Amino acid sequence: MSHLDNHKIPASRQREVPRKGLNWIGKSMKRVEDPRLLTGKGRYIDDIVLPNMAHAAFLRSPHAHAKIKSINTKKAEALEGVVCVVTGAHAATVMGPTATFSSPPVVHYAMAVDRVRHVGEAVVGVVAESRYIAEDAIDLIEVEYELLPVTVDIEEAVTASGDAVIHPERGNTNCVYDKDFKFGPVDEDFARADVIVKRRIRWGRSGPQPLETCGAVADFDEGTGKFNVYANSNFYAAIGFVVAGTLKVPPTHLNVIPTIAGGSFGSKLFNHKNLALTCMMAREAGRPVKYMEDRLDNILNADAHGSDRLYDAELALKKDGTMLSLRFNVIDDYGAYLQYGVGTHGNGLAQMTGPYKIGSFGMNLKAVVTNKCQQGAYRGFGSEVGNFVIERIVDAAADQMGMDPVELRRKNLVQPNEFPYVIPTGNIYDSGNYQAVLAKAQDLIGYDKWKVKQEEARKAGKYVGIGVATCQERSVYSPTEWWSLNDIKTPGFTLTAAPEGVSVRVDATGKIFAQLNAPFWGNSPETVVTQVLAEQFTVDPSDITIGYADSASAFNGFGPGGSRFSVMITGAVVSASMKLKTKMKKFAAHMLEASTDDLEFRAGKIGVKGAQGLEKSIAEVALQANFFRLSFPDTEDFDSGLETTAVYDHPLSTAPEPDRKHLGIFYPIMGHMCHIAVVEVDTATGQVEFLDYAAVHDAGTMINPITLGGHILGGTAMGIGTAMYEKFHYDKQGQPLNATFADYHIPGIYEMPKVRIGHVETPSPYTEYGIKGGGEGGRMGTPSAVVRAIEDALKPFNAKIDCVPVLPAMIRDLVRKGAAA
Amino acid sequence: MNTLDIKLTVNGKPKKASVPARLLLSDFVRQDLSLPGTHVGCEHGVCGACTILVNGEPVRSCLMFAVQVDGCEITTVESLGKASSLHPIQQAFWEEHGLQCGFCTPGMLMIAQDLLKRNPSPTEEEVKEVVSDNLCRCTGYQNIVNSIMKAAATMRDASSKKKGAAA
Repeated sequence: MSHLDNHKIPASRQREVPRKGLNWIGKSMKRVEDPRLLTGKGRYIDDIVLPNMAHAAFLRSPHAHAKIKSINTKKAEALEGVVCVVTGAHAATVMGPTATFSSPPVVHYAMAVDRVRHVGEAVVGVVAESRYIAEDAIDLIEVEYELLPVTVDIEEAVTASGDAVIHPERGNTNCVYDKDFKFGPVDEDFARADVIVKRRIRWGRSGPQPLETCGAVADFDEGTGKFNVYANSNFYAAIGFVVAGTLKVPPTHLNVIPTIAGGSFGSKLFNHKNLALTCMMAREAGRPVKYMEDRLDNILNADAHGSDRLYDAELALKKDGTMLSLRFNVIDDYGAYLQYGVGTHGNGLAQMTGPYKIGSFGMNLKAVVTNKCQQGAYRGFGSEVGNFVIERIVDAAADQMGMDPVELRRKNLVQPNEFPYVIPTGNIYDSGNYQAVLAKAQDLIGYDKWKVKQEEARKAGKYVGIGVATCQERSVYSPTEWWSLNDIKTPGFTLTAAPEGVSVRVDATGKIFAQLNAPFWGNSPETVVTQVLAEQFTVDPSDITIGYADSASAFNGFGPGGSRFSVMITGAVVSASMKLKTKMKKFAAHMLEASTDDLEFRAGKIGVKGAQGLEKSIAEVALQANFFRLSFPDTEDFDSGLETTAVYDHPLSTAPEPDRKHLGIFYPIMGHMCHIAVVEVDTATGQVEFLDYAAVHDAGTMINPITLGGHILGGTAMGIGTAMYEKFHYDKQGQPLNATFADYHIPGIYEMPKVRIGHVETPSPYTEYGIKGGGEGGRMGTPSAVVRAIEDALKPFNAKIDCVPVLPAMIRDLVRKGAAA
Repeated sequence: MNTLDIKLTVNGKPKKASVPARLLLSDFVRQDLSLPGTHVGCEHGVCGACTILVNGEPVRSCLMFAVQVDGCEITTVESLGKASSLHPIQQAFWEEHGLQCGFCTPGMLMIAQDLLKRNPSPTEEEVKEVVSDNLCRCTGYQNIVNSIMKAAATMRDASSKKKGAAA
């Protein structure tokens, strides 16, 4: 009797089977988005200018935790050029709290009402003729605060009580979530283990920090009572209704117009707070209002800090190295609010046992709130932390057992013939060839050669280290992760299709127009759709154009996130293309006096199979179908026009068991990677220099190798930032210490190795063409490889490193301690 | 608010403006001159997204005031190619996937243009030194370096062809 007895894997709904010889999919193609970005014509949110537009700025709390006793805005209101001043208390009379996935909710108003919970929280908003005047006015506002005890430390947060409680309505504690989970026979597996490896692992708080901050430009039409708002939200077609709810208007009265995003990495997933605030301020001001976060606003208050966790993890093994079970206690410091619930842990459970055959898994999860900016989404959404935990403990096991870390991994990797592979949490890995990825990475970097060089370097007094990480890269999320860990009685949601839609039209000249319901956020939605349409219709990409719907005309679109977009939009485009091609074949069959079954699309034409020359161009057929249907039979098949919408639902998800014995399938399209870092550590300065780096990824069938490579490189850069440089530091009073780019260190080019990129393609049996997602990958593997490389370099000092970021001072400390011992 | 009159050359064309003394050059370029290609990333001089050329030298436009460019010549990304006829540096960024979100790109293009004017045959190390001026959050820089190296080669070829034709 297994906890997975009820587990079922639905049949594949794949229509386009993976195959060789495609014309466009799999070919490196220059992005169709680029010419306008290269010439300064991208139209980002801050480029939007409306007639009579005013500008908003916000007074932000200087305190981490305080009651607001009084606010005096008189001087600010009297300043020339000020349009209106809005306090949080007033805002709360015209708008409700922001949306949250936490259940029961941790209530969050877009502006503080009577209490501030972190430095940077908005307290008063000002609209003025210019941003300069708005910021002048902010300086004239007087606020009286009564200070409250501050909670900053992750462990102290668990036991804080009394005045230190940040959300008293949730009870006398800052621990807002505390639950145990067991998937499979954890206790039994630990009881029969020969070896138990333990590590305490600390993942520091970093953040996405795209170069463009968040913003919105809102206009309220008093005549109709409707809002039009431009925003760089990545979820605009799906969140309109929640923002409308906050603004207390029907969803029909809020139109979100997307702009492209200057990077997101998760941080602009919703952007709902800025959307709602800017709309509210526009309604108060009676004119269009622009609000753009500056960098300080963004670092302190964009609700986009990443995971901040403390793990006590244990791995149970047999003495031959066979892994049996993983368990841990984890505390996550979510900051002052809990907008996404514990979704970042739900996400991690998609691949918590890594690429290894581990039979059971258990955890205790505590979510605490502290007086810091709240967490949001950041490339990996918690799975990158899970990868770090399992990779660290596997390396620890190898060290403890005197085994080679690569051999220990190889021994436990899921084998190619074992897919689809069900993991203890119930998620599945659809396909993979982990051995091939590992072998390719070792080959690419010259692993054996580096082992020899490392020995020589050590003899020469140099500290060279090699780190190997073999990590999962789940893709195509279904939103089960948002709610599956909520209380069983109040999960808040049920199984969601997370659909993605597209509309496609072939005009009378045969040109193809596609409209997306999700924005550009630095990826390549237009290029992906162009490639898939070109493949489907056998046309040249120059015959295709892509646009974006606003939310009033959009339909289903969850947009990018969880490395889902390419797979989902490809599914939708395949559906739309199939519908249109079927109809076009009917017209062509009539024109050619042939049977539709005998027709095929080839080189921009519809022709009779095996009969070259017996064909009509797409343009000829499209002209007839759009304008001359009266020359065709009088049946519905020949109704005028070639346009359709299509929605693609999540290809493979099942519901969690009611008792959460397992969580069902929720993130099955499983990529894989192997990163190998080679570093040299300067033990005097603590500086780490990269000597070599290899990153091999398997994202299934590749659509566009050059852009997938771009994701790997960019993700690796972010992973290096996470591993070695980036952390939001708060002092004991909850004051942020590095809220500028001068102090919060994003890697520049000198921090980057030259990365050798490799690809393995194991198609998914469940998605169109076998595509998998690959947008988050680099960051999911890099910290594990880099930290191991540093640890390996410091082996002569018997160093153990179980945290990120690994800063030079810490390295010097490890060296000193090791040298003394 | 008191304003000061300034005269300058913007992408080769003369301009007059009346600006408050505290107006940042970056805001002047984006808002008063309606040239939104120059992007503002950090507003404290670190990221370099707002880099433009003043009298041919790259500057952080968020660290200068508009009044400081009185009598100067300023050059922004809009002075390079058009979408239908890209400048060789833009073309190389396109071909080498030297951009993702595009937000840092105008700044990168301006420092690349400055480098290649000074040094038409830079080594990879010299390109890295210049790229280290600016931050990019998407690309990991590798393709930016490749783009600039490729642009340098293309521009050298074009210039030697021109010389050949003249001779």
